[in-house]
Amino acid sequence: MIRARGLSKRFGSKRVLERLDFELPDGGFLVVTGPNGSGKTTLLRLCAGLLAPTSGELEIANDRGRLGFLAHEPLLYRELTALENLDLYGRLYRLPERRERIGMLLERFGLWRVRNERAGSFSRGMLQRLALCRALLHEPELLILDEPFNALDVEGAELLADQLEELRPRRTFLVATHDPARLSGLASARLALA
Amino acid sequence: MRRYAQDVVALTRKDLLLELRARDTLPAMLLFVAAALVVFHFALPGDSSELAAKGLLWVALVFTALLGLVRAFAAEREQGLLDGLVLAPCDRSAIWLAKALAMLAFLVLAEVVALPLYSLFYSGVGWETIAGVALADVGICAVGTLLAAMAAASRARELMLPLLFLPLAVPIVIGGVGASVGPSGGRYLGLLAVYDAIFAIISWASFEYVVTE
Repeated sequence: MIRARGLSKRFGSKRVLERLDFELPDGGFLVVTGPNGSGKTTLLRLCAGLLAPTSGELEIANDRGRLGFLAHEPLLYRELTALENLDLYGRLYRLPERRERIGMLLERFGLWRVRNERAGSFSRGMLQRLALCRALLHEPELLILDEPFNALDVEGAELLADQLEELRPRRTFLVATHDPARLSGLASARLALA
Repeated sequence: MRRYAQDVVALTRKDLLLELRARDTLPAMLLFVAAALVVFHFALPGDSSELAAKGLLWVALVFTALLGLVRAFAAEREQGLLDGLVLAPCDRSAIWLAKALAMLAFLVLAEVVALPLYSLFYSGVGWETIAGVALADVGICAVGTLLAAMAAASRARELMLPLLFLPLAVPIVIGGVGASVGPSGGRYLGLLAVYDAIFAIISWASFEYVVTE
């Protein structure tokens, strides 16, 4: 559950978010929309605990180990292979059946074939698929996704849509997108930033 | 405690693997320390004392370490990866400890080349110097890794790190040179050990505040 009351964020003199109120209950699916520079990414980083609010209250019920975050950057080491990247995160998240989980995700997102190739050699779309594997690796209760369909080809977008639909009943979602129509069947609420 | 150790091992392994693949840091450190010792060899007058040469050895070691520290968080900074590590449920000080251990490995390897070279160009290296270098390495890596993380968050990071690190490295140089040339080397080794203990604890405890807003 996430609850924001009068949430504001400034970087120096620049106001990015001003007195924002919203609530995302457990099991909810909140779609955040808005033009470039409206503060979508900042809001997601605040909710992930990567930024502190300038003022206002932000209550997040999930601890950071139960949170999956897909950022603009894939958060992957380009010199490590797909398998090594996921193995590192799997160890840090202390997954009990790490290898099985990693194998299953790589299969699902069509990356098993390239599991031993360095992430640096991946196309932007393949990196996005691997980043999704990383975000979903520890079966998080709360998923914070920043433009998840970015750079994905038709097949990748379908895979992600299927995955979101499958997870929808059991997870809480906070998703920023420029294309809310794609998530219209899943969303329970929408927040438009100006 | 076991889980903490496992996190540190996983992160250190990652840093060593990255260096093995990218070879960004260690070759530069090796070349720098060798080049510095060669330059000092020709810069020093023929009749200069061993004391002066020992001082230059410490200058070369501190600047070699600085070269490595500038690159310590390069992968995380360039690819925004610190967010991924900070979000993981491990203790954030494990990130610092793993980086410091990887940095220590690079520095020790650079010294494995530097100390024999010093013996070749100048004079032999006694056990006091080796003990001083070992203790100094711990302090350099503890403080340097924390400062490298702080500098990585700023825009003028290449400028910031030397400005932050060199003043804090002064006690290391005093202790190292004192241990290498002084009649009471043991006292200076004690100074280095105290420095290591104090700054390792401070760095370990404060890293979390450096990587979170």
